[in-house]
Order: sequence, then C-alpha cells, then structure tokens
Amino acid sequence: MENLDLGKVSLIIGFALIIIGFWGLLSQKNIIKIIVSFTILETGVNILIVSLGYLKGRTAPIIDASVEQGADHNVLNSIVDPVPQALVLTAIVIGFGVTALLLAYAMKLFRAKRTLEINQFNDLKW
Amino acid sequence: MIKNFLIALVLASFVFMFYNLYITYEPKTELSGIAAHYAENGGKEVGAANLVTAVVVAYRGFDTLGEVTILFLTASIIGFFLKLSKKDEERVIVHHGTSELLVTASQILIPIIFLFGAYVFMNGHLTPGGGFQGGAIIASGVVLMIMANPNHEINHHAILWIESVSGISFIIVGLLGIALAGGFLDMRIFGLGEFGDLFSAGAIPIIYSFIGLKVGAEISNILNKYQKSQKES
Repeated sequence: MENLDLGKVSLIIGFALIIIGFWGLLSQKNIIKIIVSFTILETGVNILIVSLGYLKGRTAPIIDASVEQGADHNVLNSIVDPVPQALVLTAIVIGFGVTALLLAYAMKLFRAKRTLEINQFNDLKW
Repeated sequence: MIKNFLIALVLASFVFMFYNLYITYEPKTELSGIAAHYAENGGKEVGAANLVTAVVVAYRGFDTLGEVTILFLTASIIGFFLKLSKKDEERVIVHHGTSELLVTASQILIPIIFLFGAYVFMNGHLTPGGGFQGGAIIASGVVLMIMANPNHEINHHAILWIESVSGISFIIVGLLGIALAGGFLDMRIFGLGEFGDLFSAGAIPIIYSFIGLKVGAEISNILNKYQKSQKES
C-alpha cells in the first residue's frame, strides 16, 4: 500500500472511467445511454489530466493562509500544478457544449422515429 | 458474438495501453517549466490569489475567449435546430402538475441560488470559482424555475440582451488592454490594487462577471430551447 498515493489512485480512477465509457459507447443501443457513456468517458479524461498535475503533500493553487503555512513559506514549493486545472476548465466547458448538442440531436431523432434505439436508424445503411 | 469479441478486443487493448502508461508513470516532485513561472510570478504579475484564474483569464485569455465563443456557437446551433413552428409556439406543455414542495422551495431558493452564482463569479480571482462555474450555478436556478412550472415563460429578450451586452463588454475590456496596458486581453488596465481584495487583479473581477453573466444567459437560453421543444407533439 505504500506506493499507492493519491496521484496514482486518481490515475487508476481516470483510466477505469475511460474504459467504462468506451464500453458503454461500443455496446449500448439506447441513444441516451450512449450520451451518458460519453460524459463518463469525458469525466475520466478530465480526472486523468488533473491527476497529472498532482504533487504529493501540496495544497490547491490559491495563494492564501494555507500556502503561508506550507513548506518554506514559498508558493513554488507548496502548490500543485495550476496549468492542467486551467486546461480541464476549458475541457469541461467544451464537454458541456458537446453534450448539449448531443441531447438536442437525440430529441430531434426521437421526434423523427419515436424511438431512441440506434438500430432503428438504418436509413444510411446499405 | 463477433461484435462482443471485437468490443472485448478494443477494451483489452485500452487496458494494455493504460497499464503500460501506469507502470511507467513517475510522480512529479516539483513544478516545472511554465507552471513554475506562473507560481512564482502569478501573484505579482496578475495580482490574482487564485492562480488557476490567473492562468485562465490573464495568461491564456484567448483560450477563454474561444470557450465563450464555443458556448455561443452551441447555443445558436441548438436555437437553429430546435426552432418551433408558429403553431407549436402557441401551445402549452401538458403536464401532470408539479409538487407543492418544489413550487414553494423554488420561490425561496431561486434568489439565493442567483446570489450565490453572482458571489462565485465576482470572487473568481480569490476563491475556487469563476465565471463559468458561477454561470452554471445561475443556470441551475433557471432549471429549478422550469421544473417548478414547466410552462414558465423565460424572458427571451432579457436573456438576449444580457448575453450580447456582456459579450461585447468582454471584447471592449480586452481592447482597452491594447490602449492602456500590454496588449489584447491584458488585465492590468486599472493597476493591480491590494492583493486579496475584491477589487484587485486589474480587470479580472469585471471580465469574470461579464463571462458569468454571459455563460448564465447562454445556458438559460439552451434550457429555454429544450423546454419549448416539449410543445412540439
């Protein structure tokens, strides 16, 4: 258990969520379930990116009292990496936009065929 | 059968790839490269206590502009896509009544949720929060409003005006950076102020308030479109 620190645990959770998401995308037939799998996949990727910026025993990248108590009273030695967190903020917003669009398409598809089973949408199949 | 086998093959190859990544993963022990620069000089150069905000709004301001553009694009595509005909527009949504608890709770909670959202986006440079988070909180108040009364009419013109005015103001503050500071989206236009105050870090609180209003209005707009599309039979 000694080498299983928080960074590695979140790495494993991220990988597991990505695999669950891919499994859902590939095996589910219902469009809503596919969209949910997509968001699970996206959450996994986000956790993965944040966990890459994790540094052991450090605090959040906000300069306040907890940073003053940190090692050497130095910002450089007491915070985790802020860059992956900023990138994930962008990724979450884009993910929100994509999910909203997917749901709008699902709504339109349901209006067209009165079903959400993806097997029924075979107009482009030959 | 062959399909399940192929799915298992894909997942197994992912597991193999991730396992190799995992065993070669070496945790970092200190900040490197650009992150070290941000940590060391972020407080002095930008004046924001929250370094993530400093990175998102000041160092990577174009990124935020792009994000806001993408949200706007999403809202307009959904608006185009779920457009109703004139006849459908006048219908009412048929529903089986909403819970008394939900109606009463929404009357008390919605102003508090809006206030909390405004707090989150105005303090984005001091606390873990920001424009996008605050906007999402405000939109959650709108969700509660729609759930309490599915036929609630959201003021469409107000949303459009808030969205356009805050979007244009964001660009104007960015352009002021060219005239008064180092360049486009430079946040140091009024000086940095006292570190840790509400009105500090140059234009970051102002920019984040505009972003919060814009994101809140955009998400509310998307929700309004979803709500209205239930009228379509």
